[in-house]
Amino acid sequence: MAALDDLYKEIILDHYRSPRNQGELDHPAHRCEGFNPLCGDEVIVYVALNNGKIDDIKIGGQGCSISQASASMMSEIIKGKSIEEAERIIHAFKEMMDIYETELSGNKKIESTNPNVDLGDLEALQGVVKYPVRIKCATLAWNTLAQSIDEIQE
Amino acid sequence: MSVDVNRIKQDFPVLQREINGKDLVYLDSANTSQKPNSVISAMDDYYSTYNANVHRGSYQLANEATAILEGARDKVTDFINANSRQEIVFTKNATEAINLVSNTWGRTNLTKGDVIVLTELEHHANIVPWHILAEEKEIEIRWIKVTDDGDLDLSDFDTLIDGAKLLSFAAMSNVLGTFTPAKELSERAHAAGAKVLIDASQYTPHSQTDVQELGADFLTFTGHKLLGPMGIGVLWGKEEILDAMPPFLGGGEMILNVTKEGFSTNELPWKFEAGTPMVAEAAGLGAAIDYLNEIGMDQVRSHEISLMEYALAKLKYDFGDSIRIYGPKDAAKRGGVLSFSFEGAHPHDIAQILDEDNICIRAGHHCAKPLMQVLGVGATSRASAYLYNDESEIDALVEGLRKVRNIFNPN
Repeated sequence: MAALDDLYKEIILDHYRSPRNQGELDHPAHRCEGFNPLCGDEVIVYVALNNGKIDDIKIGGQGCSISQASASMMSEIIKGKSIEEAERIIHAFKEMMDIYETELSGNKKIESTNPNVDLGDLEALQGVVKYPVRIKCATLAWNTLAQSIDEIQE
Repeated sequence: MSVDVNRIKQDFPVLQREINGKDLVYLDSANTSQKPNSVISAMDDYYSTYNANVHRGSYQLANEATAILEGARDKVTDFINANSRQEIVFTKNATEAINLVSNTWGRTNLTKGDVIVLTELEHHANIVPWHILAEEKEIEIRWIKVTDDGDLDLSDFDTLIDGAKLLSFAAMSNVLGTFTPAKELSERAHAAGAKVLIDASQYTPHSQTDVQELGADFLTFTGHKLLGPMGIGVLWGKEEILDAMPPFLGGGEMILNVTKEGFSTNELPWKFEAGTPMVAEAAGLGAAIDYLNEIGMDQVRSHEISLMEYALAKLKYDFGDSIRIYGPKDAAKRGGVLSFSFEGAHPHDIAQILDEDNICIRAGHHCAKPLMQVLGVGATSRASAYLYNDESEIDALVEGLRKVRNIFNPN
């Protein structure tokens, strides 16, 4: 059960049971959908901008504990950030997943290129990398947010 | 006489496997079945003893290879009680078999405004080929609804089938386990002037398949859910209908003559089998049919009924309202498939936790997204059994679900 405990940390289950910032935002907030066709997970990210800051963010959709908890935690850390800060956090999160995945397969230590970004509770998601098929669950909301930001900037 | 599961298990090498010191509990046979030694060795034998290309050799090896391929066709002919071997077309899988019908019969016989009737419980393989055709030909698709009990709602069947050219439906649902009233549906569709295709991918492994009794025009199934190998499926069609259909894929094998001006097609069934066929897979499918015949499909079916009775009762007794089991409550009305929702845990998480104890189930939409929508869920967990499963494996599933409960709802 050791590995399962690593995956299903209390903080993850808490976000799954009581997701933060759940819901929808009306126009002109930006809406972006992400799918994981393999398991049917679906995340909808609503972003409302004000003076270059993410004034509000809401999460819709449905999926497994990992995808929903990751989306919930993402919404907490992203809310109130500027687009530039949000991009840094997205990068740092995806890098964290990459780094732990690489370190799991080898032994080499890898230094983060984003040492100044504090991911806080999101570090709880590191346990996911032991379950390669679940990495997509953890990154679904993040990829959707990244796509959303791209679309906003177009 | 009942099925001797302990003896049967010995025939399946994968089921002897342990992972991290624990037995494998394989409850995903609706996805793909495991293969007995006889199937594996039939395929191995083909390559070690007979390998040559078929239907064109002028030497003994090639003749023997041809006999293996055509012998497997004879076994399929008998297994589903077809009128003749001309009616048995080998395809890559059931999906290709349905696509063959939609591309040839469908393209020739359907025009703008025509109607096809499907049901809400279909697998994507019996939906998407018709969507493709519907877009191309501007035809209408009507849907038979599913009731809360997981049966087909036939209350408005006469209206739906009125004027339709084709009814295409699964004889057994891959999600709900429901056996649909295939014979009745065929009769009523024919009475309304529609042709009938039965997707028997789940039905054929679980139940005696008799195409005369079922009364359809086409029936499709796949080898790999039937103890056979991946890479071979079957299209059965009535000879006069297959005869009138244009070819599907073009190439070698499917022709009688080719000139610079054109070609003429081979006779049935080779008209629909372009290119070098899957001979080893046919050998494997033939061995799978022999294996099932030796046990008896009636025995396979009654074993499944008793196992499902046990599972339905055990899950309900142990978990009460915490588990929602989809589909018919009566084990006699369903195949060995059990889809469920449990304790608010997502199926993906359930499958992950069960995997810790080598319990293999499927989590997801089961290639039946329209049905998921009807059920009001994005995904379900599905445990599916076959002749090599026993009650101890249902008990293991229950123990695994207790772990799920301990993680997701510890109080």
